[in-house]
Amino acid sequence: MMHVGLIHYLAVSGALFALGLACIVLRRNALLVFMGLEMNLNAANLALVAFSRYGGHAEGQVLATFIIAIAAAEVAIGLAIIVALFRQRSTVVTDLLRSLKG
Amino acid sequence: MTAYDAIFWFFSLALLLCGVLVLISRDAIASGLYLVLSFFFLAGLYVLLQAFFLALIQVLVYAGAIMVLFLFVVMLLDFRESRHWWHGNLLGLVGAPLAVAALAVALLPVLKRSGALAAAPEQWFEGTLENVMTPVFTRYLLPVEITALILLAATIGVVVLGRKEKQP
Repeated sequence: MMHVGLIHYLAVSGALFALGLACIVLRRNALLVFMGLEMNLNAANLALVAFSRYGGHAEGQVLATFIIAIAAAEVAIGLAIIVALFRQRSTVVTDLLRSLKG
Repeated sequence: MTAYDAIFWFFSLALLLCGVLVLISRDAIASGLYLVLSFFFLAGLYVLLQAFFLALIQVLVYAGAIMVLFLFVVMLLDFRESRHWWHGNLLGLVGAPLAVAALAVALLPVLKRSGALAAAPEQWFEGTLENVMTPVFTRYLLPVEITALILLAATIGVVVLGRKEKQP
């Protein structure tokens, strides 16, 4: 068996991104769609950290730090939107939220 | 197979298993808990990549703060969606594999070219607090300030969104 290298980390990152994408496309609950988004962000972070480690530069990990900070802001806003949506419509099922104004 | 390889395979397979469980769990609370677990395994992968600071941040911020917020909202909303928990329609079933396949095709050139990078890691980067944070507070000081502004805007936005509607 070959030793673990950059390509293995990238493969894990790609698989995690695919799982997040499937979560976004397939799940009907808005919160689960949001969780899939988090998985995508973490897959990107893993690829960045792996590139940083194997490329010998700090930029990947710096960018990953920024992504985590922005993800915190994004989660706060997104969850506030979902809670406001639930207050108005009493549902978070994406299929039932069809109208833009109402 | 060295110990490093064994630990890598353990963490990555556990990570992907938790990802699959997030995808197929009917209960949103179970999905959230599996996502927390997958973030812990991802922190383990960060430690393997010598990114100690990011592993710490992953556990403290992601698993500790962000996912607690997630689980709090999941438990707060208290919805019952046991029947139609995923898209059973043709669009979802065909669209998801198509999207993943398109992504794989787009990423293949990157994977092919990464072989040159993996072959000769003559200098390794060690992600200690000092090594990661020194560029953040010197070269990337402006993005830090912009991030601070974005966090402030997000805080104000959440306060505005969370207000009670005034009764007319």
